Amino acid sequence: MIRSLLCSSTLLMATSLLNPLMAEDTLYERLGGAEGIAVVVDHFIEEVSFDRQIYPFFKDSDIERFRNKFSEQLCAVSDGPCRYSGDDMSSVHTGMNIGEADFNRVVELLQKALTDSGIPYTDQNRLLKKLAPLRNDMLHR
Amino acid sequence: MKGCFSPLKYLTLLGLGSLFSVPLLAQGRLLATSGVTQLEGAAGGGLVPWALISGYSEQDEHSLSAFTTRTDVQDFRLEVLGASWSYNNRLELSAAQQNFRLKNTATDIRQEVYGGKLRLAGDAVFTAMPQLALGLQHKRLLDGDTAAAVGADNDTQGTDIYLSASKIHLAALAGYNVLWNATVRASKANQMGLLGFGGDDKRSYQLLPEISALVLLHDGLAVGAEYRTKPDNLTAFREDDYRDLFIAWFPHKQLNLTLAWAQLGSIAGSDDQDGLYVSLTGYFQ
Repeated sequence: MIRSLLCSSTLLMATSLLNPLMAEDTLYERLGGAEGIAVVVDHFIEEVSFDRQIYPFFKDSDIERFRNKFSEQLCAVSDGPCRYSGDDMSSVHTGMNIGEADFNRVVELLQKALTDSGIPYTDQNRLLKKLAPLRNDMLHR
Repeated sequence: MKGCFSPLKYLTLLGLGSLFSVPLLAQGRLLATSGVTQLEGAAGGGLVPWALISGYSEQDEHSLSAFTTRTDVQDFRLEVLGASWSYNNRLELSAAQQNFRLKNTATDIRQEVYGGKLRLAGDAVFTAMPQLALGLQHKRLLDGDTAAAVGADNDTQGTDIYLSASKIHLAALAGYNVLWNATVRASKANQMGLLGFGGDDKRSYQLLPEISALVLLHDGLAVGAEYRTKPDNLTAFREDDYRDLFIAWFPHKQLNLTLAWAQLGSIAGSDDQDGLYVSLTGYFQ
């Protein structure tokens, strides 16, 4: 009994010591989870709605659907508990003929939205890194 | 030749002046992806030409920029003025004039550098492969007397050709973005050409590696270091590699200010030349 108590307390100590290492926050948690991502997406939609260059790409889209799918996508790429259920990136952007400057502008709007949401610069970079591979499926479709 | 009208100088001053008067248009690339302007007028670091294309042109845009750079070391002062045009994040053309002043000699050496650079492939930020560019720098030495006196093989002109690779790794260092650049330059130039091309010791082209690395502390603030190997063609004087530590600030897409501590080594018999490097580039359309 005593031995098993000792054992389990040692185990507890070991796990609590290791805990800060093991329980490193996912990017999803650093973004503030579902609530944080909702704030980011709100800010992003706000930025788009004021942007002369990017708004035309959105003016005929269903903003509520975009809100849901983009939130889901940010959750999924940041290792949150979601699966992206929207259409794949290349078919979503087919016919839009998005150029490099448009893509870069969207990055700037997202950076602005992240800053406005209080996300630190380093976490903004981490998120951009996760999103960067999508660029190829978005350009010149 | 001394004191003659230099159209390049006045064009550059006009360019810098008009920065403050023309309406400025947004450009299609991300902040700081212009690089800064290196000593010979190409987009790069302070010493090394990078694969980045000058300005913020993207997607059929044009970009114009003008720059001025000054480096003071113990026995020399180097002033550079120039301008650059780029198109579509693809092609860069630049012109620069260097004015190199020698202490206690009443001598100035002027050189013009005409540069061209073509982006071959890749996007430094977003593609897995690095951005690759091929460039050349054609140098016309306006005051070749010193070059001739120190034993340069050619005291009028020379051309450098270089291949550069640049890559920005997002969130690579504790969440901070990191850029590296590697350039290989084929050159005969003694002290960038200011002391002529080729020498009594070596006459032919050599392949010279140049490297840079920086960390972006924020979108508009970078700190880094560079190393540029150099030829050593003259028996009269040893020539050392160049190196620097720099901080580059991009408050917005119209301006860059770069400060560096440059170590230029031995120049024309004066050893351990080092000093402050200050460079200002204005970008407009």
